[in-house]
Amino acid sequence: MAQTLIQKLWDRHLVRSTPGEPDLLYVDLHLVHEVTSPQAFESLRLAGRRVRRPELAIATVDHNNPTRGGVEAADEISRKQMATLAENCEWAGIRLYGLGSRQQGIVHVIGPEQGLTHPGMLIVCGDSHTSTHGAFGTLAFGIGSSEVEHVLATQTLLQQRTKDMAVNIEGELPPGVVAKDVALGIIARLGVAAGAGHSVEYRGSTVRGLSMEGRMTLCNLTIEWGARAGMVAPDETTFAFLEGRRHAPQGALWQAALEDWRTLASDEGAVFDSEVEIDARELEPYVTWGTNPGQSVPVSGRVPEPHGETDERALRYMALKAGTAIQDIALDRVFIGSCTNSRLEDLRAAAEVVRGRKVHGRVRALVVPGSTPVKLAAEAEGLDRVFAEAGFEWRDAGCSMCLGMNPDILQPGERCASTSNRNFEGRQGAGGRTHLVSPPMAAAAAIAGHLVDVREFGLVPA
Amino acid sequence: MKKFETFSGVAAPLDKADVDTDQIIPKQFLRRIERSGFGPFLFFDWRKDPGFVLNQPAYAGSRVLITGPNFGCGSSREHAAWSLEDAGYRAVIAPSFGDIFRNNSLKIGLLPVHLPAEQVRALLDLAQEQPGVEATVDLEAQRVTMGDLSYRFQIDAHSRHCLLEGLDEIAQTLRLEPEIAAYEERRPAWLPTIPA
Ligand code: SF4
Repeated sequence: MAQTLIQKLWDRHLVRSTPGEPDLLYVDLHLVHEVTSPQAFESLRLAGRRVRRPELAIATVDHNNPTRGGVEAADEISRKQMATLAENCEWAGIRLYGLGSRQQGIVHVIGPEQGLTHPGMLIVCGDSHTSTHGAFGTLAFGIGSSEVEHVLATQTLLQQRTKDMAVNIEGELPPGVVAKDVALGIIARLGVAAGAGHSVEYRGSTVRGLSMEGRMTLCNLTIEWGARAGMVAPDETTFAFLEGRRHAPQGALWQAALEDWRTLASDEGAVFDSEVEIDARELEPYVTWGTNPGQSVPVSGRVPEPHGETDERALRYMALKAGTAIQDIALDRVFIGSCTNSRLEDLRAAAEVVRGRKVHGRVRALVVPGSTPVKLAAEAEGLDRVFAEAGFEWRDAGCSMCLGMNPDILQPGERCASTSNRNFEGRQGAGGRTHLVSPPMAAAAAIAGHLVDVREFGLVPA
Repeated sequence: MKKFETFSGVAAPLDKADVDTDQIIPKQFLRRIERSGFGPFLFFDWRKDPGFVLNQPAYAGSRVLITGPNFGCGSSREHAAWSLEDAGYRAVIAPSFGDIFRNNSLKIGLLPVHLPAEQVRALLDLAQEQPGVEATVDLEAQRVTMGDLSYRFQIDAHSRHCLLEGLDEIAQTLRLEPEIAAYEERRPAWLPTIPA
């Protein structure tokens, strides 16, 4: 029978399937970080259990490390959490890319970067944005700490099969519109809960035309509309990205893998539980005005009239009035970073806007590369100097102001244009106000001192 | 996990949609490496508002939270479920939940109760009109009762069984060792391994 890619990926990881019970799935790669793992390790040890396959896990420090000054700059509790991860990895025999390692970085940036994320895998992590890895045609989703413990102990996971949804995106992206805008456009149309209980395959000419970085951004934001996993069938773009990376197969194994990976597409005539059509030509650069990622409008628009209590509360929190032109919203901070938009391509796109310009006097702007390798590669191209000369702060890799567990946080009332993924109340710091945008839009906003249409910067034809 | 037993307790109405896990437990508390002790930080920022519903004396010690759709969306932090449990909650009633939050809750014995939106509305209204009213949650019978209202809820048989028996899922899975090992034999050779 014709199968969807999602069904194929699910089936190839089935250890056991019993009617009336969740499926038992085998996990190919388990990504571990300092925040959601300590309780899992602790409870594993208390039960006298061991880690079944430590060589199928990799750990890094990303959520609460400072982005300047190294470990010494961290507060005591954060240091303890990082040290605990190191002890746990030592005990279990799991490789750790800790602070100071040349491979350290945001867990969803380093997997693909090291060639650990291949098509056809099942990847899990105690982090909701694990959906990022789906860009490679792999099943990837976030789990909680109890499930982390289950994976450590058994290398498997109990899961109810999800429904499958196709999001078909056709047409050429208008100038100035990037993968982030595609994702924000989808969430604006469908709402933040539309994906609940689903895995999603992104299809269509627009998706095929995206780089791996763009596909990762798109899949990353899948969780923001409630779906567990988002994915793109692998193709030549995928293979070209992977070939030669540290953990990619080589020689005869590469050939064997390629042959297998080419079968990873939804079959002709496969039926999805639901399908959504998106016309890429209708998309614009988006800006969120509220406190969830679905509350956005095109940058050319205005803050909308509230519909109901949720909107009213969001407007109060954001201190915005309905009818205000988006481009009249002044900013205090700009953050370029996070697992959504901190890869080399994102930094290049932002640097392109910034080059030869100056950050507005009122704005404090921050660039936080997604990983140490991204940072080093950007420095080799001179991007750090482009940003620094414009007045941006250039930092070490980590999650940083995406969630503000480290010292990089918004002060109460501060307003920020951010390339991250969540504009929830207080996400970037208690009382902070977040507007989600793409990297070029964030860069342009830093220069202008307010939200602005990047297409009017003379870089892309309007 | 403790066995889930029928209980009665005060039901608190949190009449909001899309309550994300960043609101349930803000990030500054995620640096703790312990599993317990998160209760005092539940809804930390919202609790600063004296008018916040959970600050009202009538709802002190509440054990059931009634709330809007998509509760627990956002971050996968199990700390959200832990903080509710630590604060004394045994069940959350909503029209829908974030998928990961729902999974996390089931793993720790906090019951997510799905009911149709109209029924949740009626429960919310009752809890607001009669502050301090108690709800009874019976998982065996799959029923929530509050005042004159009584609704049957759906839950998959597996989750229900695990909760009622207080099963240790890891122990269960470890018994499937032969099947796991057989699967491992079939894994393709090109899949990555990372020696420590
Ligand atoms: S960058 Fe933000 S969203 Fe991504 S893993 Fe880190 S905290 Fe989570």
